[in-house]
Amino acid sequence: MKKQVTLLKEYTKGLWEINPVFKQVLGMCPTLAVTVSAINGIAMALATTFVLVLSSLIISIIRKLIPPQVRIASYIVIIATFVTIADLVMKAQFPELSKSLGPFIPLIVVNCLILGRAEAFASKNTPVRALFDSLGNGTGFLIVLFIIGSIREILGSGTILGFHIMPLTFEPWLIMILPAGAFLTLGLLMGLANFYVDHKKNKERESIIEKFRSSKQLPTIETEA
Amino acid sequence: METVTENPSYKLELTSSPHIHSRWSTQYAMWLVVISLIPAVITAVLIFEWYQLVIISVSIATAIGTESLIKYIRNRKLTINDGSGVITGLLLALILPPNFSLFGTVIGAVIAISLGKEVFGGLGYNIFNPALAGRAFLQASFPVAMTTWTIPNFAVDATTTATPLAAMKFDKIYTSFSPLFLGNIGGSIGETSALAVIIGGVFLIAMGVVNWRIPLSMLIGIVLFGGILWLIDPTKNPDPVFHIFSGGFLFGMFFMATDWVTSPITAKGMWIFGIGISLLVVLIRVYGGLPEGVMFSILFMNGFVPLINRFTQPKTFGAVK
Repeated sequence: MKKQVTLLKEYTKGLWEINPVFKQVLGMCPTLAVTVSAINGIAMALATTFVLVLSSLIISIIRKLIPPQVRIASYIVIIATFVTIADLVMKAQFPELSKSLGPFIPLIVVNCLILGRAEAFASKNTPVRALFDSLGNGTGFLIVLFIIGSIREILGSGTILGFHIMPLTFEPWLIMILPAGAFLTLGLLMGLANFYVDHKKNKERESIIEKFRSSKQLPTIETEA
Repeated sequence: METVTENPSYKLELTSSPHIHSRWSTQYAMWLVVISLIPAVITAVLIFEWYQLVIISVSIATAIGTESLIKYIRNRKLTINDGSGVITGLLLALILPPNFSLFGTVIGAVIAISLGKEVFGGLGYNIFNPALAGRAFLQASFPVAMTTWTIPNFAVDATTTATPLAAMKFDKIYTSFSPLFLGNIGGSIGETSALAVIIGGVFLIAMGVVNWRIPLSMLIGIVLFGGILWLIDPTKNPDPVFHIFSGGFLFGMFFMATDWVTSPITAKGMWIFGIGISLLVVLIRVYGGLPEGVMFSILFMNGFVPLINRFTQPKTFGAVK
């Protein structure tokens, strides 16, 4: 039987441990394509989170009704319903934002993050757990998209959320708002994340070895007599 | 060589073979490259101004600083002595426009070393030529500043500051041979004077630092492809001589394409590599949107190097087909 984890843990694991972008490497298309500015990143992540949470919840509730042979198709129908809602709401309420995000809002339907969580988690867990898991993943996605969007906006246009923050003499790096800038930013951030994880793991390993050594529990190699 | 015993009382030094060492080392080769670039630096100062020396020193200093910093963070041995950082900084400076800002130079050098080289693990592991990677980043970031050229000092009819390639592409103005050869034209700091570049390149080949196959195959390639297009329509397409002496072709041919790390290791592979670069250069110059394509051609072919190496692997001696 699987070890039961607390609901809080179901939420917080999405922030770092199984972060959608850094660890699962899911949802790369919106991560790379729409993070030209911080606001775009936030909007995209919020729309994705909305779809992710509600579709995970529904899928989890009816998980025993869905025949396994047609589960992907069923998931897509459910996801598409919420994507349509998100798309229409954004078109009605934030037409500017909707225009700048272009086809990427409808494309949430095929976002592998949502399908991935549905298949890997929501279809196997209770609705409450699915809710916390999807909220955590959505928040993790939001944080990363905001970071990437901010970096690209600051260096590529000299602004953040539309406010000028760089000195006037700063010449924007056009490459950062081009696709190449997205790949560079994501690659460097992911490299930093892995570097940090490795660093921490090494420290832990060393401290464990040190502990064993000081308590003399490690067998010392004896020379043959 | 490390001696087996470290006890100084022993008269006999015990070392494992080989016992005869060549003076060749990475360091030696790299300093030869630096020497070979001196003519290009001198002509740059003559043709433009002293500011070129400032750009070059800033670029080299940043390159060395970035390399040391990354080695320090990664807890590795400092490798400034091998001279590769100096070369990257120097090469990058020589392919920048003469009036480029120092801030931009710093960015370019940092990117060249960090993203072009160290991110892959340092010298010997990089896929792309670091200096060209840095320039490609700058080209994409500051397209206007990267194509603003300075009027050379000895310009007789200094009405335009466009490079010969841009003049050819956009205004259909052809530059005559003598300024192209001596370097009295608009262009990047170190690549305008064909004469200075050829002196350095021939020195490199004569010293055996670079393999002659890559420059020769690039020359043959550009004469072949440029010649075909010229014969098809001599009024619209430039002749092969213009192709060779304009832009950064010679500089790229001697100093960029021949980089030990990012060029093929087999003889056959070198021919494919060189001819591929020339084909792309001619295609970009004649049909592309940009006037010059040497940088992108070399970077593009750099990406193919592992594939070329694998395909041209020589048969093991004695192996049956």
